[in-house]
Amino acid sequence: MERVIVAMQDPDMGVKMRNQRLLITVIPHAMTGNDVIEWLIQKYNITEEEARHLGGLLVQYGYIYPLRDPRSLLLRSDDSPYRFQTPYFWTSSRWPASELDYAIYLAKKNIRKQGELVDYEKENYSILHKRINHTWDFVVMQAREQLRASKQRRKADRIVLECQEQAYWLINKPCPGAFDVLDLGPERCNVLSSRVALIEHSRRALGRNRVKSSICLESFMKYSEQYLHHDPIMSGCLPSNPWISDDTAHWTINTDMVGTPTRLRVERWSFSFMELLNDSMGRREFMIYLEKEFSAENLCFWVACEDLRHGESSKIILKVEEVYKNFLAPGAARWVNIDSKTMERTLEGIKRPHRFIMDDAQMHIYFLMKKDSYPRYLKSELYKNMLAKAIVPQETKKSVFPFMRRQRHSSPSPAMVTQATEDDGKAKGAGPTGTSSTTNSQI
Amino acid sequence: MCDQTFLAITFGPCDSCSENRPLMNLYIKTEPINYCSLCMEIMACQGLASGETLKSLKAESETLRKKLEEERKKLHDVELEKVAEKAEALGELNMKTRRTLKGHGNKVLCMDWCKDKRRIVSSSQDGKVIVWDAFTTNKEHAVTMPTTWVMACAYAPSGCAIACGGLDNKCSVYPLSLDKDENLAAKKKSVAMHTNYLSGCTFTNSDMQILTSSGDGTSALWDVESGQLLQSFHGHSADVLTLDLAPSETGNTFVSGGSDKKANVWDLRSGQNVQSFDTHDSDINCVKYYPSGDAFASASDDSTCRLFDLRADREVSIYSKDSIMFGAASVDFSLSGRLLFAGYNDYTINVWDVLKGTRVAILFGHENRVSSLRVSPDGTAFCSGSWDNTLRIWA
Repeated sequence: MERVIVAMQDPDMGVKMRNQRLLITVIPHAMTGNDVIEWLIQKYNITEEEARHLGGLLVQYGYIYPLRDPRSLLLRSDDSPYRFQTPYFWTSSRWPASELDYAIYLAKKNIRKQGELVDYEKENYSILHKRINHTWDFVVMQAREQLRASKQRRKADRIVLECQEQAYWLINKPCPGAFDVLDLGPERCNVLSSRVALIEHSRRALGRNRVKSSICLESFMKYSEQYLHHDPIMSGCLPSNPWISDDTAHWTINTDMVGTPTRLRVERWSFSFMELLNDSMGRREFMIYLEKEFSAENLCFWVACEDLRHGESSKIILKVEEVYKNFLAPGAARWVNIDSKTMERTLEGIKRPHRFIMDDAQMHIYFLMKKDSYPRYLKSELYKNMLAKAIVPQETKKSVFPFMRRQRHSSPSPAMVTQATEDDGKAKGAGPTGTSSTTNSQI
Repeated sequence: MCDQTFLAITFGPCDSCSENRPLMNLYIKTEPINYCSLCMEIMACQGLASGETLKSLKAESETLRKKLEEERKKLHDVELEKVAEKAEALGELNMKTRRTLKGHGNKVLCMDWCKDKRRIVSSSQDGKVIVWDAFTTNKEHAVTMPTTWVMACAYAPSGCAIACGGLDNKCSVYPLSLDKDENLAAKKKSVAMHTNYLSGCTFTNSDMQILTSSGDGTSALWDVESGQLLQSFHGHSADVLTLDLAPSETGNTFVSGGSDKKANVWDLRSGQNVQSFDTHDSDINCVKYYPSGDAFASASDDSTCRLFDLRADREVSIYSKDSIMFGAASVDFSLSGRLLFAGYNDYTINVWDVLKGTRVAILFGHENRVSSLRVSPDGTAFCSGSWDNTLRIWA
């Protein structure tokens, strides 16, 4: 930010500064709010709204202070005069605002005009009074001295100095409830690292395989293009974006187990194998296809391995045994065809089962499905029928009365859905009544 | 004119060599230490093999770094901007705040979406964690944590639990119950234990494992049921501020960013640091994977966002503008990866065209820093949480 301020103060290219009038006194080296905004627009090629926002921030952080209404740190885009804060007072120099200085400032204010202190300032004043009581005489004396000295200055200077100081203290000791510009969050500290480890890491990094930039970047282009129509923010969504129209139709037609899927959804299955597997309906369809081809055990094996990898730690041993019994043991009911080396390795590993023991075998089966079954599925009648059956929802026309707001219904919480399937025996009615209620909420 | 600020804050006798020198103030395992820069170098070379001196190590690491740069440059045959010239230019983006979620009494620090595309969990400075149905703007659950500055929160993939943590150095999992009278806090389960604040947490593909990042410089993978540490990841030389799990087929890696300006990619199984990127000039506040998993974006206090390609092993694009002077706190991609939404400390959200590198739009609305930003799971909207105590849904 300071870069900007320094640029602004540049005599040739900076903001035009003139003598501004404040009521009757003339203040030198001041500029109007409008000037600031104009200059920002020009220099950074931004819109007026952004320039106003930026200028406002400069004032809030204390780099520019207002002369006319010094209590409110706002940038007004008219001819209210502003000045640059001296670097001594910049927030980045982080002099901790000392209590003594603050006490002197408040004392000065108090002396100058009785009752000018605002509530929170009065509170702070009395707190300080109690805390540094021993130096209170010094404080009061300093305050009086400073006031006397300032009376001897020209009015213009006096006003400037007062506003300067006030802005500084407004920022450093803000009104409670107003937001504190200096609030930064928890401290971040540094931990040492070993240079030896760094060298190790660099050596390893040198040995990596890298791909040419052109190939990588092309893949980004392709990906974006492929998914362009699936991105609701870029191409809108049918029938309508629920957040804009308050209509949840888009979600209801895309639920997991809907009768007829949408066309976009079915198309997405053809983008990559992972897309097909991630969609539960896609997975189901694929399973049906595999059953026809008598290779369904592959998918079952993959699902079981995923469950092992991500499931509870306590059940690992149990699950590994199950997988072995069902898929790997010779003569198993759903024996999967893995190459002998991987099979050997896996069988060895089963003796000491852990979460990732099936990874090699799982990877093998995954790529088998991806290279073989998946492309055939995409060309199969099953998939083509699905695609033909898939619906393309109509875009809902904007309602005739734009102010008529639809009722927003809440949906059953996912936590409840699983609870309902758990207590299978209990009456289904007991669950939904708790959460679904129609509400007509205001934005 | 005011004095320039020095890097060394104090001057005095060094703790180890007792000479009067400008000191660097460090924290080793939360103990403050004042060493002069020479002693610091010596300490950094712990583990010197025989025959290696301070100078030789320094020289070696420099040459290795240069070699790495050269290797990376060799395969860099084209810039993203050139490739992106063929891409269609984006029309005007018309996004507005569609919902404002009010209810937090203090700064909102983090938020996450549920897989059902409409629920959100958010956490704030005063220790409150609230689960909302963002569509109706109703609050569904509220938990008060016994700590302030809850900087991390996550929704479980099943939608049945939430995880959160902050200055208490641990990550706690709360199962979401529907009984209105039930005290959620009673069912809390403490999962992770770190030696410094928790900066980020996320569930891996199931409810059973959590990945956390912490201010103590490490990330860790935990088993939820037993609270056991499954794997820990060391390698950052400062606070780890953010992490993101890869959406790739094998789902075995994650990226983390920290105060040491580095973004590291890790292998979940082995705990090894697979790749490292250090082109940022300041703390990395947020990292997010590109939807295909081949790249990731990062947001940093140096007011830029950058895109790093994992296969080419380099930074491919910088998203910055002169008029943006404040740090970026959070980023996320739109569903197709064409748009990058970034929330900044100057209260705005900038939308970037990922391929062309230009800014598409700037969104105003928040009255204080935007601390976290996430796109919904189906890409229909994104939510931003801010220090002005509110969350906004934009679409």
